[in-house]
Amino acid sequence: MSEKILMKGNEAIGEAAVVAGCRHYFGYPITPQSELIEYMAKRLPQVNGVFLQAESEIAAINMVYGAASAGCRVMTSSSSPGISLKQEGISYIAGSQLPCVIVNVQRGGPGLGSIQPGQADYFQATKGGGHGDYRNIVLAPNSVQEMADITIEAFDLADKWRNAVMILGDGALGQMMEPVEFKESSSKPVEKPWAATGRRGRAKPNIVNSLFLQPDLMEKHNHVLQDKYAKIQAAETRWEALNTEDAEVVVVAYGITSRIAMTAINKARANGIKVGLLRPISLWPFPTEPLAELAKTAKSFVVFEMSAGQMVEDVKLAVNGSKPVYFHGRTGGMLPTPKELYEQIMSVANGKGGK
Amino acid sequence: MAERTFGRPEALTDVSTHYCPGCHHGIIHRLVAEVIDELKVIDRTVGIASVGCSALAYDYFNVDMVQAPHGRAPAVATGVKRVHPDGVVFTYQGDGDIAAIGTAEIVHAAARGERITTIFVNNAIYGMTGGQMAPTSLVNQVTTTSPYGRKLESAGMPIRLSEMLATLDGAKYLARVAVNNPANMAKAKAAIKKAFEIQIAGLGFSMVEVLSTCPTNWGMTAIESGVWMEKNMMPYYPLGTFRSGEEVAK
Repeated sequence: MSEKILMKGNEAIGEAAVVAGCRHYFGYPITPQSELIEYMAKRLPQVNGVFLQAESEIAAINMVYGAASAGCRVMTSSSSPGISLKQEGISYIAGSQLPCVIVNVQRGGPGLGSIQPGQADYFQATKGGGHGDYRNIVLAPNSVQEMADITIEAFDLADKWRNAVMILGDGALGQMMEPVEFKESSSKPVEKPWAATGRRGRAKPNIVNSLFLQPDLMEKHNHVLQDKYAKIQAAETRWEALNTEDAEVVVVAYGITSRIAMTAINKARANGIKVGLLRPISLWPFPTEPLAELAKTAKSFVVFEMSAGQMVEDVKLAVNGSKPVYFHGRTGGMLPTPKELYEQIMSVANGKGGK
Repeated sequence: MAERTFGRPEALTDVSTHYCPGCHHGIIHRLVAEVIDELKVIDRTVGIASVGCSALAYDYFNVDMVQAPHGRAPAVATGVKRVHPDGVVFTYQGDGDIAAIGTAEIVHAAARGERITTIFVNNAIYGMTGGQMAPTSLVNQVTTTSPYGRKLESAGMPIRLSEMLATLDGAKYLARVAVNNPANMAKAKAAIKKAFEIQIAGLGFSMVEVLSTCPTNWGMTAIESGVWMEKNMMPYYPLGTFRSGEEVAK
């Protein structure tokens, strides 16, 4: 496919996974990501792939654990409450250093929450989520096209680093339709000499494992993981900066919120306010350095999220007290309007602070 | 020179196990390894270790191994098998792992007719964590979390997993065996071999439940444990075949 077609974000992720060579998908239905599991159910048999609807999110992530152990490109997807259930498996995947792609089409929470868009799983996605010291690479697209592009990249990053990659979308991105183009991909699965495939002539068995009963070996394994995470931070931080060169006010927003923020920013610019956008694309690793750099020239920061204030903590760490960081958020599945974000920008720009 | 007639199976590594004296895990490991050798599938076998006393089984089987989260071995095995349909995939799970925290995973793997083999070691207690009540602990059995004995009113009756799974058409072979004497060991090995053959033939899910002792947590000698198992476990957990591989799905 090289022409643009109209697709829902959820479906675009599914097709992009197929383009990336993913032939194994394990999932469990949940709104607002169901179009993705349905797309895979229809699409994977057409390419001799394996689609399996598991008995639970827990089983699905453990099937991913098994399939990744066996050396293939594999994906699962869910939405907030289902992602909570997957955390045990995600921690094991981190401990065993298995490559896979996990999609979270976020909805309102906590608990059963709502089925409308949310961004309140930021802490869970970027700070670990399950037990132990680990990190997932977390990518946050803001359009259907970027959902497709990032999905293909996610499989490459997962294989490159032997790490889980989480695509953090939301109900709005998952459900909305936009034109999308699937470019020819050079993305190819890599050799995985560590995989549990059966020995197949190999002299020694391969063991996929996260258990280290000896404390010194457990610590050594943690050092291996932390060294890897440091390399990922150095190599894979992604962000987009728009109108930040002369910005006195820097808006920080990701995903669907960044789209709404741009409408507000353009209106404020039209009214003479020097405001720009720093959009983190990788939420982990977080674009700390670009923000610290902007803190030298900007007068203030304002963070927009569909949460009660989660990413704002990372922005504050990056700015490190050198400039004021304001926050405006909506929760529960309520999308902020461009008007309310515009008012926040104007308030901050006029020195009246944020909410 | 005399011909060597007995040695370590190729499918076992040359290490000492951590199992307690009198525990049956070592015997069961050996029988599984002998079957892998005899079926000549060592090169395409992937074993899934679980959580419990057999968590370290990945050090003992000389095949590719994946260590699974508690109870999730059948789901992990499903993932491996779906990637390598020509592989021979087995899980090795204890009663706490399979019949409590992992109930959903084993039931659904069986229901799907997943082409995997489960070796289920039932010793009626949580061994690794120090002798707590298992879903398979017998009524009135004293454990560290049933210090007054397992109470029927609050804990219910122990789960007979093999009989339960026998209601599922995807489960093509289900047998309960023991390894407490040479005759039973021979039967156990035959059952394990049959279970692997069912998988290799692509017929569906197979499981062998092996009754086992836990002298350490039962608080008995190895010999007393064998007697206790025969007297208390076998009447409630009768040995036998619950699905023979001959049944035709309705």
